[in-house]
Amino acid sequence: MKDLVGIKELSKDKIKLILDTASSFKDVLKRDIKKVPALRGKTVVNLFFEPSTRTKTSFELAEKRLSMDVLNFSVPTSSVVKGESLFDTIKTIEAYGVDFIVIRHSSSGAPHFIARNVDASVINAGDGINEHPTQALLDAFSILERKGSLKGLNIAIVGDILHSRVAKSNIYLLSKFGANIRLIGPPTLVPEMTDYHIDVFYEMDEGLKDADVIMMLRIQMERQGKGFFPSTLEYFKNWGLDMRRLKLAKKDAIVMHPGPMNRGIEISSDVADSEQSIILEQVTNGLAVRMAVMYLLKKESENA
Amino acid sequence: MHNSILIKNGHIIDPSQGIDSIGDILIEDRKIKEVRLQPNKRQGEVKVKGQIINADGLYVFPGIVDMHAHLREPGFEYKETIKTGTMAALKGGITSVCCMPNTNPVNDNRTVTEFILKKAYAEGSCYVYPIGAITKGQKGEELAEMGLMYEAGCIAFSDDGRPVVSTLLMRRALEYSKALNVPIISHCEDISLSDSGTMNEGSLSTKMGLKGITYAAEDIMVARDIILSELTGGKLHIAHVSTEGSVRLIREAKKRGINVTAETCPHYFTITEDAVANYNTNAKVNPPLRTQRDIEAIKEGLKDGTIDVIATDHAPHHGDEKLQEFDKAPSGISGFETAFSLSLKLVHDGVLSISQLIEKMSYTPARILGINAGTLKVGSQADLTIVDMNKEFKVEATKFLSKGKNTPFEGWILKGTSVMTICRGKVFDCQSFIGG
Repeated sequence: MKDLVGIKELSKDKIKLILDTASSFKDVLKRDIKKVPALRGKTVVNLFFEPSTRTKTSFELAEKRLSMDVLNFSVPTSSVVKGESLFDTIKTIEAYGVDFIVIRHSSSGAPHFIARNVDASVINAGDGINEHPTQALLDAFSILERKGSLKGLNIAIVGDILHSRVAKSNIYLLSKFGANIRLIGPPTLVPEMTDYHIDVFYEMDEGLKDADVIMMLRIQMERQGKGFFPSTLEYFKNWGLDMRRLKLAKKDAIVMHPGPMNRGIEISSDVADSEQSIILEQVTNGLAVRMAVMYLLKKESENA
Repeated sequence: MHNSILIKNGHIIDPSQGIDSIGDILIEDRKIKEVRLQPNKRQGEVKVKGQIINADGLYVFPGIVDMHAHLREPGFEYKETIKTGTMAALKGGITSVCCMPNTNPVNDNRTVTEFILKKAYAEGSCYVYPIGAITKGQKGEELAEMGLMYEAGCIAFSDDGRPVVSTLLMRRALEYSKALNVPIISHCEDISLSDSGTMNEGSLSTKMGLKGITYAAEDIMVARDIILSELTGGKLHIAHVSTEGSVRLIREAKKRGINVTAETCPHYFTITEDAVANYNTNAKVNPPLRTQRDIEAIKEGLKDGTIDVIATDHAPHHGDEKLQEFDKAPSGISGFETAFSLSLKLVHDGVLSISQLIEKMSYTPARILGINAGTLKVGSQADLTIVDMNKEFKVEATKFLSKGKNTPFEGWILKGTSVMTICRGKVFDCQSFIGG
């Protein structure tokens, strides 16, 4: 495997291998010296065409923990603002001899486009409304830590599924492992996904019943003007997660969120900061998972 | 000067006269001088001084009239020119090209129309019939000078890739065009509903993370325009039908006697939305490729006469423009050189008879537009194409004469192709360009 462009394209075995490898890297992260020489001498460029704090930081830290040379490409100061095409941008970057390209882009399929045109390993750090594979991997890792297995778990994904690449990648991953997926949200934000076995709920209370895992999604405030729902007040009332609703799920249910959170819009503060919330563990696990992905891509491309 | 060409022993199909027979065609001074069918062979051999083409085992059809194409000149000569576009058309058996007005400047006034016609006369290989814009600058605000453009040579009006959003203005256009007795060609899309989508909306668009365009965006506008056509009595022609719903609406409208005609394009009955999987920008078109169900409905519509015409919607783009993120790449297929062969599949598959196919690609579009073409009647222009129905060839975009190499059919093996096209009294050998 040269690239990680999506979960859709990834086999179950590959996912297992990534998660197992992440486990070893998590141990590394617990050590006093958190750096390993696994990818010393390799170069990675982080190409973020969209703003991001946590994913970019997480990748950058993971890269440094693997001893890579890290280049950060910041779009507002690049030639892209002068009108350079994505094709020329990546060809230029490739000419520097980089081994990895981590890309976030507002166009769905941009990482696939790049992967076809460069020899470097391409890692999708979020493309349009398509996928965010490392997020789904770290989510699976986090669930496994708490629940031991994905099979048969009732996993509720709540909110703006239509625009959420996190939700899409999670749906692809979790359905490969036999989890029962429920989508909860207003009908305007739940897209057609007839190829997957999924239960759809427009009513939050009903959808949360007996859930083992509740994955909350960020309401994308920038899309608010499009009229997907009338107001954030109404949204929170119908689809927000508060303590009362959390009690409808299983007693030991865990609450997840990819961040950044809108407190009081999709999730109440007391839930976000509760015992059942594993939101900060997700952040830590993100490092281990991203280290595992890059380590395995390098290994496999060298064996190829 | 006498310029004679005799085509001998071809299988002549001419739906305009109900001809389906082996025979000879004599061309003199760019006109059909004589059509001699085989039962009349007793009349003796036609004597000719000029060129003799042996069409034994080949078919002879009136040249294709493509009522929906983009020649990109003026303004986008890097995508295509009238010169390269008409050469590509001839190779595809097309002898009349109707070019859409989305040039730069837009063909919304007689000066641009005259420029296109002059250029076509000087550098074109086949006939070019400009389609003028309905509204100034295709902006959908004010009617363009249809009368003056008609005088200059426009044969229909369309805002092409853009619907006329204002229902009132569309009503006016249909009313006003009655004075000229020309069709208004409508790109049916409710753009507030399609909302900058880039492919067909459905399970696949979700899976690819691309914003979808629902079939309803097309159906709604088709319904609106049919209602307006009924109200005004104006000639409405619906461009590139892609949905099951459109076919149904047009069928019902025709039953009720409304003055509506419709076209579709080879890609809408040949490939589904699956062609854009892997973000293949060469399969990005507008309206988007739909589903198998829509394909079946379109075939049914072609069969029962609901859809009158097959056009190419030849939309060449530069390679750099397609080498982009999917949502940024422009829509369109370079269609001249594959349209006829793709459409022949309808005959091979028993959907249409060869005569019906030629009618939809040649005679009917000419009739809808009032063009003197699409027939082999004695005295008419000698525009025709000679076809080898069994010749197989591989689609290779690098061999296209069009500047546009954007095709989703790269590598396909197609059966049946023009081997020779005659237009403006000149014989164009299509084979020397196919390499076969």
